[in-house]
Amino acid sequence: MQVHDHPALKAEARDLSFFYGEAKALKHINMPIYDKKVTALIGPSGCGKSTYLRSFNRMHDLYPGNRYEGEIRFFPDNTNLLSPDVDPIEVRMRVGMVFQKPNPFPKSIYENVAYGLRVRGENNKRVLDDKVEQALRGGALWDEVKDRLHDLASNLSGGQQQRLCIARALATDPELLLFDEPTSALDPIATGAIEELVHELKKRVTILIVTHNMQQAARVSDYTAYMYLGEMIEFGKTDEIFIKPNDKRTEDYITGRMG
Amino acid sequence: MNESQHLSSQFDEELGRLRTHVLQMGGLVETQVSAAIDAYSSGEISSVKTIVETDRRINELEKAIDDDCAHVIAKRQPAASDLRLVLGISKIVTDLERAGDEAKKIAKGVRRIYEAGHMPAQYGIGIRHLAEAALAMVRQSLDAFARIDAVQAKAVIRADSDVDTEFKSIIRQLITHMMEDPRTITTSIEIISIARAIERIGDHAKNVAEQVVFVVEGRDIRHDKEAIK
Repeated sequence: MQVHDHPALKAEARDLSFFYGEAKALKHINMPIYDKKVTALIGPSGCGKSTYLRSFNRMHDLYPGNRYEGEIRFFPDNTNLLSPDVDPIEVRMRVGMVFQKPNPFPKSIYENVAYGLRVRGENNKRVLDDKVEQALRGGALWDEVKDRLHDLASNLSGGQQQRLCIARALATDPELLLFDEPTSALDPIATGAIEELVHELKKRVTILIVTHNMQQAARVSDYTAYMYLGEMIEFGKTDEIFIKPNDKRTEDYITGRMG
Repeated sequence: MNESQHLSSQFDEELGRLRTHVLQMGGLVETQVSAAIDAYSSGEISSVKTIVETDRRINELEKAIDDDCAHVIAKRQPAASDLRLVLGISKIVTDLERAGDEAKKIAKGVRRIYEAGHMPAQYGIGIRHLAEAALAMVRQSLDAFARIDAVQAKAVIRADSDVDTEFKSIIRQLITHMMEDPRTITTSIEIISIARAIERIGDHAKNVAEQVVFVVEGRDIRHDKEAIK
């Protein structure tokens, strides 16, 4: 692989391993995350892709007994996200996350989006109004909710709730967004809206997305990584992975040959 | 090419059926070319009718296989080697159908020559040889497809330039004939279009072989002379 073919790095996993207690869930992963590109993580259930994704915002820190080895370098400042000196709360401001099932807080639409900003200490109403509108526009939801910002978020449809969660993640201006199967609970129309949004978002943020839907990976991502049993089997440009993968295990998985 | 089975055995069957149909179609085209050339040598123009009728079956097969390709894409969203196989097949049948058309053209030309009371064998001596070379290309390209063999496919691609050279030398020969004796012009022109049709059959076989290389290696080697060296 020639380095100059690729865009700038946003992050890079270096010899990353992860343990749930004794169980080694990630094995020596090395992988670049390119700036303002969409990278898809694919692989069968239990391959470690969600574990890997969650390492980027230190979500594993919430449970005792979890342990990282290796580094995740974050650029341009070259911080090791996994370093004990780095505050996980600060990491999560820079690295947002959207989950499989939409999980709005039991608050209004407005307050959902404003939440991260308030945690940061922002209380100026004008600033909040402005940021909420920007984030909702970023989440392609503004036009649908601008007249009912103070309705409960739970009154929105599933697809709208998911876009609200994206808007909530965008409100703190993250540099990297993590998506953990963001459309698996949505119908094809709502899925299409999210995919369209991902395409828009990559103009300003870097995106890492876990998906079980191979066509989705092929549609939305610029780069694809195939993981299996905690290892990174193959990483490459999405076009190449889906037309001519180099590793037979990747080929077997994406063509539906894996038992 | 990936020989292990899909989780969906139906998908395996669908792809298997596609391949079988392509080989059936290819077999028909091969027979057509060989029958047209036999008619040329023997003057048995009664076979021309059969050739014209069989061509319709080839056309039907082309449409049916294309339709099956569309169904596989819609239902299975094939990827990697499966995708390359389906894309390759959809291009291969176009070339096979056109090769079939060329065989029909040869047959009709032969009929016109004999009906005018001429003996084509007196003119184009090299035609039979040219036809055998093109026919061998068709056969080998289908073999390469059946066995998913990129090495053999590349041999077919290389063979095409020999057919082209031979074609040019036949044309030169016929031009000489025409200049020496203008009475031969009508028949010579018929024979030129037969030679042209044979040369085109070689081209179609080459295109099939290029698709086989794409199916196997994922490389598009069309218009790339370096790739087959």
